Amino acid sequence: MSTHDPVLELRGIVKTFNLGQPNETEVLHGIDFTLKPGEFCSVIGPSGSGKSTLLNIVGLLDRPTRGTLAVCQQETTTLDDSALTLLRGHNIGFVFQYHHLISAFSAIENVMMPMVGDAGFLNDAMRERAASLLASVGLTRWKDSPSMQLSGGQQQRVAVARALAMKPALILADEPTGNLDSKSADAVFDLLLSVSREQGTSVLFVTHNAALSARCDKTIEVVDGHLKT
Amino acid sequence: MIALLPFEAWVSLRFMREGRVQTSFIVGGISIGVAVIVFMSALLAGLQSNFVRRALTGQAHIQVLPPKEVVRPLRNDDATWQENAILQAPLQRLKSIDQWQSVAAQISAMPDVTVVSPAATGSALVARGQVNRAVTLTGINPDLYFRIVPLPEKIVKGQAKMEVDTIFIGTDLATDLGVTVGDKLIVSASSGATNTLKVAAILDLGSKGANSRNTYVALRTAQSLLGLTGLVSILDITVHDVYGAEVVAQRISALLHVEADSWIKTNEQFFTAVHAQTIANTAIRFFVALSVGFGIASVLVVSVVQRSREIGIFRAMGITRGQILRIFLIQGGLLGLFGAITGSMMGGGALMLWHRFERNADGTELFPLVLEPLLFIQALLLATLTGLLAAFAPALRAARLDPVVAIRG
Repeated sequence: MSTHDPVLELRGIVKTFNLGQPNETEVLHGIDFTLKPGEFCSVIGPSGSGKSTLLNIVGLLDRPTRGTLAVCQQETTTLDDSALTLLRGHNIGFVFQYHHLISAFSAIENVMMPMVGDAGFLNDAMRERAASLLASVGLTRWKDSPSMQLSGGQQQRVAVARALAMKPALILADEPTGNLDSKSADAVFDLLLSVSREQGTSVLFVTHNAALSARCDKTIEVVDGHLKT
Repeated sequence: MIALLPFEAWVSLRFMREGRVQTSFIVGGISIGVAVIVFMSALLAGLQSNFVRRALTGQAHIQVLPPKEVVRPLRNDDATWQENAILQAPLQRLKSIDQWQSVAAQISAMPDVTVVSPAATGSALVARGQVNRAVTLTGINPDLYFRIVPLPEKIVKGQAKMEVDTIFIGTDLATDLGVTVGDKLIVSASSGATNTLKVAAILDLGSKGANSRNTYVALRTAQSLLGLTGLVSILDITVHDVYGAEVVAQRISALLHVEADSWIKTNEQFFTAVHAQTIANTAIRFFVALSVGFGIASVLVVSVVQRSREIGIFRAMGITRGQILRIFLIQGGLLGLFGAITGSMMGGGALMLWHRFERNADGTELFPLVLEPLLFIQALLLATLTGLLAAFAPALRAARLDPVVAIRG
C-alpha cells in the first residue's frame, strides 16, 4: 500500500437489520466514504443515527448488507471470518467508550495482549514494545498495576496504547472521551492526535464533543443513516 | 514462565485466578469426586490382589482330574433307552488319569503353561499311639510341586527335604498328635496299605482346616499307599497369565478329554462378588464423572456470560474464534486436572489413614495397600478429559458470540 492509497474506502454501504422480517430496519442508506493515511476524522451525529453501526462495519466486526468496503486496499466483502479477523488484528486498533480493559491482566499485559494473541507466545520484544507504548502515554509507573486499579483516564490511555500495539494503519475510537472529565478527555484526544501526526495512523473518532471535533482534519456527520460531509 | 505458555493457556490461567473463589469451589467438588474414585478403586484392587495372592500361593492355577464316573441307563435290544430305569449315583472311586505321562507332556508343550506337576492324592488315616486323624494325603514330586505351591516358604519347623519315608504335616495336626520334627507316624490308606513315616517338616498353610488335614509325601510313597502304583490322580498346572487360566483349562479339556478346573472356576463365588463390585464401582465412577462434568460446565457457562464483553474485546483485537474456543476448553481441562491432582492426594491420604487405623483384631493389616501409579494416571486423564468434554458446549458458545453484541454487553 502506498502512502497515498486510502486506508478506508466505503462504497454504497447499506446495513439492514432483521432482513426479511416484519421489523426490518435499514440503518445505513448507502454510505460512501474514504479515509487517507494519517487523516484524523471525527464522526458526529445524534444518538441512534448509525455511527456505531458504521464503526462496527468499518472495524470488520459486522458485515454490510450491501456495498463494498476496502481496508488497506483489501476488499473485505468476500472474506470469511478468519480472514476478517486477521485483517482486523493487523490493521485496525479499537478504543471504546468504556475503555474495556481485560480485568484479569495488568496494564502492560493488556497492551501486550494483541501481540501475544497474534504470535501465540509471549516474548521479550513484545514486553519492551508494550512498555514503550505505556511510556508514550505516560503510564510507566503504573505498567504493572492491575488494570482495574487505574483511574478512568489512565485506563483509557492504556486502551490507546493497546490499540497501537500492532502498529495499525487505522484506529477506530468510539466516543473514547465520552466517559472522562474534560482534562482527561483532552489528554486522550491529544494522545490520539499526536499518534496520528507522528506515526501517520488514520483515526476515525466518534464524538459528541464539538470542540474536539473542530480540532480534527475533517468531520463527517451521520444523520438518519446518511452521511453529511 | 508466562513466556513458555501459549496465549490460550495464559489467558485461561488468569481467568481462573481472577475467579479464584469460583475456581476453588469447583476444584474442591472435583477433588472429592476423584478422591472417592481413587479410594474405592484402590480398595477393590487391594482386596482382589490380596485374595489372588493368597489363593495362588496355596493352589495350582489349573488341576487336571480323571473324569467322574457316571451311570448310564440300560438300553433295550432295539437300541432304545429302557424306560423307568432307576439310576443310582455312582461311587467316585479313586481313579488315575489315563495315560497321564502323555497328557502331561502335551500340556507342557502348550505355550501358556509354565509347570505341570503330577500328584497322587487320597484319604488316609494318621495315627500316633491311641490318637488318629483322617487326612488328605498328597504325593508330590517336590522339584515340580514346589514351583506351584511354595511349601518351603510355609515351613515353621524342619526342612524342605522330602524323601520316601518322610511326611510334611500342618501345625494343627502336629499339635493334635503331639508330634514334632523327627517323630514317626503310622499312615494307613483305604487300600489297606500302611507305612511308617517320619515328620520332616511342619507347615503353616494359612488356615486351620488345611493345617489339620493336609499332608504331603513323596509321589512314590503316596502311589504305593493309595494303590496307584505308577499312576497319578491329579496334574497341577501353572500358567503365565493367571487370569487366562480358565481359557487354558477349557482348551485342555477340549483337546485331551480330561476334566480341567481352573482356580477361577473353583473360586467362582469370589469372582462373582468382585464382578458385582467392579460394576458398582464403574457405575459410581460414571456418575461421579457426570456430576464433575456438569459442575465444570455450569461454572464455565456462567464464566462465558460474565466475560462476554471481554470475549468481544478479544475478537476486536484480532483473536480468532478458535483461540476463544481453546481458552475455555483449556479452563475445563485445567479444572479437571487440578481437581484430579488434589483429589488423588486426598484419596491416597484417606487410603493410608484407613490402612493405618482399620486393622484385624490382632493388629495386623486387613490386606496390603495397593497404590498403583496407573490408578492416579487414570484419575488424572479421566478428570481432564471430563473437563474438556464438559467445557465444549460453553466454549463453543463463547467462540460463536457476535463481537458487536458481546462488546455492547
